[in-house]
Amino acid sequence: MTQDDLTISDPKMTAHNVNVFYGEKQAINDVSIDVGTELVTAFIGPSGCGKSTFLRSLNRMNDTVAGAKVTGHIALDGEDIYAPSMDVVQLRARVGMVFQKPNPFPKSIYDNVAYGPRIHGLAPNKSDLDGIVEKALMRAGLWDEVKDRLGESGTALSGGQQQRLCIARAIAVDPEVILMDEPCSALDPIATAKIEELIHELRGKFAIVIVTHNMQQAARVSQRTAFFHLGTLVEYGKTTDIFTNPKQERTKDYITGRYG
Amino acid sequence: MTFNAAALLLLIAGLALIGWIAGRARSNLLAARAQAKLHSRPQYHGWYVALWLFAPAALFLAVWSAVSPGLITNDVLASEAAKDLPAFGFERGAILSDARNVAQGKQDAVRIPAAAPLVAPYADATHLYAWIGIGAMLALALAGGLYAFTRIKPDFRARTRVEKIVMLVLLLASLVAILTTFGIVLSLLFESIRFFRLVSPAELLFGTNWAPTSGAPQDDTFGGIPLFWGTILIGAIIAMIVAIPIGMMTAVYLTQYAAPRVRRWVKPLLEILAGVPTVVYGYFAALTVAPALREFAVMLGIPNASTESALAAGIVMGVMIIPFVSSMADDSINAVPQAMRDGSLALGATPNETIRQVLIPAALPGVMGGILLAVSRAIGETMIVVMAAGLSANMTANPFASVTTVTAQIVKLLTGDQEFDSAKTLAAFALGLVLFVVTLLLNIVALRIVKKYREAYE
Repeated sequence: MTQDDLTISDPKMTAHNVNVFYGEKQAINDVSIDVGTELVTAFIGPSGCGKSTFLRSLNRMNDTVAGAKVTGHIALDGEDIYAPSMDVVQLRARVGMVFQKPNPFPKSIYDNVAYGPRIHGLAPNKSDLDGIVEKALMRAGLWDEVKDRLGESGTALSGGQQQRLCIARAIAVDPEVILMDEPCSALDPIATAKIEELIHELRGKFAIVIVTHNMQQAARVSQRTAFFHLGTLVEYGKTTDIFTNPKQERTKDYITGRYG
Repeated sequence: MTFNAAALLLLIAGLALIGWIAGRARSNLLAARAQAKLHSRPQYHGWYVALWLFAPAALFLAVWSAVSPGLITNDVLASEAAKDLPAFGFERGAILSDARNVAQGKQDAVRIPAAAPLVAPYADATHLYAWIGIGAMLALALAGGLYAFTRIKPDFRARTRVEKIVMLVLLLASLVAILTTFGIVLSLLFESIRFFRLVSPAELLFGTNWAPTSGAPQDDTFGGIPLFWGTILIGAIIAMIVAIPIGMMTAVYLTQYAAPRVRRWVKPLLEILAGVPTVVYGYFAALTVAPALREFAVMLGIPNASTESALAAGIVMGVMIIPFVSSMADDSINAVPQAMRDGSLALGATPNETIRQVLIPAALPGVMGGILLAVSRAIGETMIVVMAAGLSANMTANPFASVTTVTAQIVKLLTGDQEFDSAKTLAAFALGLVLFVVTLLLNIVALRIVKKYREAYE
């Protein structure tokens, strides 16, 4: 990869020489990247290039996959997240995640959002919890649509609303980083536009890393873009540079639609 | 000459084999001669002939085996020698069967002197009907075979016919189980109706005094409530208190924590537990658990502690259905999408919190269905309660006391010397009917819940 003019003075997360293995198979090969605090970083690349795998290693969700192994160094605020002293539960409270398919729990809308604050004991009483839920739903742009039916099941919402509910659920524990794994791939264009709008609004409040298939989406929402191919990081830079003036031939081929 | 159905069946099977060979050869021959392509491959023509040869004859054989003894007896009764027979009853039957056994060579000499004159008529009639039967059967086999044989032509669609017959056979096979169920229900129903002519349904369902064998028939009472209570206490309360927590914890361990290696060993072991004959559990309950519990109860100073206790039967029954509950819960937890689990873990929930707050609530409908199925199994279980729960119909909530269940009473009512039309014998059928209806309803509700829940995630 090229270390270009990219200097992030205050990186939220840093990754150095990261390799990820699933059993014998190496899914990620020597990736180093810094994620900025107030930036939206997009991971793009063809299917199977390892971008989701790398994303999942940032909050150790790969731990739940049998046979997965991560080597190298990944740090959050300079603290090694794979160190034995790191509590994975606390890590995931600080690095939240939104999945490809909306996965609300089969509970009420309120309980979906309140789930995280409850397990982490963030709200000492009911009115505090109400406040946290309301604030999270507002930030996720869902409050006006659901405020009168907080008791209804989260699974009864539309796909786009469910995904915003999942974002609200992630926001509710007040994380520092939000990882989004192709959050719009199961949504229609209107719901997608709402999520993108939401990402704009959340920028600056959280460090956001988004994996996407959709290059236009990466161009619209992100300030930094990383292009992955075959498990390696091919190019990482300012989004405008990657899309207008890629340095690598492979990047150029991909964004001009020659493969992928 | 007697009518030996098994030998005759072999005979027509042999003929069918010849028919098969002949049919196949003929189809080949005809095709070669006409220089035409066969519609069906030769063996289908063979099967067509063989089936036509075999099926009607076998059917006749079955019917004739059932009908001919009656015809023979009628013939004998019409003869001169039968004039002196007693009119009805056991004696008449005994004489007739004595004569029949001698005539058919199952016995060397008559044991009842009165049977002696009947031996010859029996032998004649047996002979006659055997020849009629064999003749008719062979005629049918040959007629069927010839009919099929003459139909063979190159363009004859033997394959579709054979496939139709195969389908018919499969259909009949599946009907056996269904029709048997109907038959069982009907027989239960008829006997129960006879019982309810003697005792009102209200007494059985709501009466509180169960004393079917008080000695004097007019004093017998058939109040079923103590039995129903005993059944619920053992099968639905004590057994479930044991089986639900242990089964659920087993399922959670196996689905969430166990390494694949452990799972590979533990699951089959649990299935073995499910395959232990219930009588073995009965021994265990009666010989090991019950005495231990009694001593425990005496130590605690509980009155009426009996060696036959509801607790012993209930605990062992609970152990018996642990695999049942755990495998249903296992399936339900596994059916909760991985995304649900990931969603919770990604919020910083511990595996434990994830299981308690997300997986189990999401799996609950399926688990409930499994529990209802387990209850319906437990209340229908017989051996354990017969051996360990006792037979005295007490209405007590004391788990150390002896109680009885519907199934245990059915066994008691039907064993020993009983007239088959007395109220106490018929009561067994009425109890069986109640049990059948309750378990049927439980199963229907349980299966609906399970099905509805499965649809939600697929």
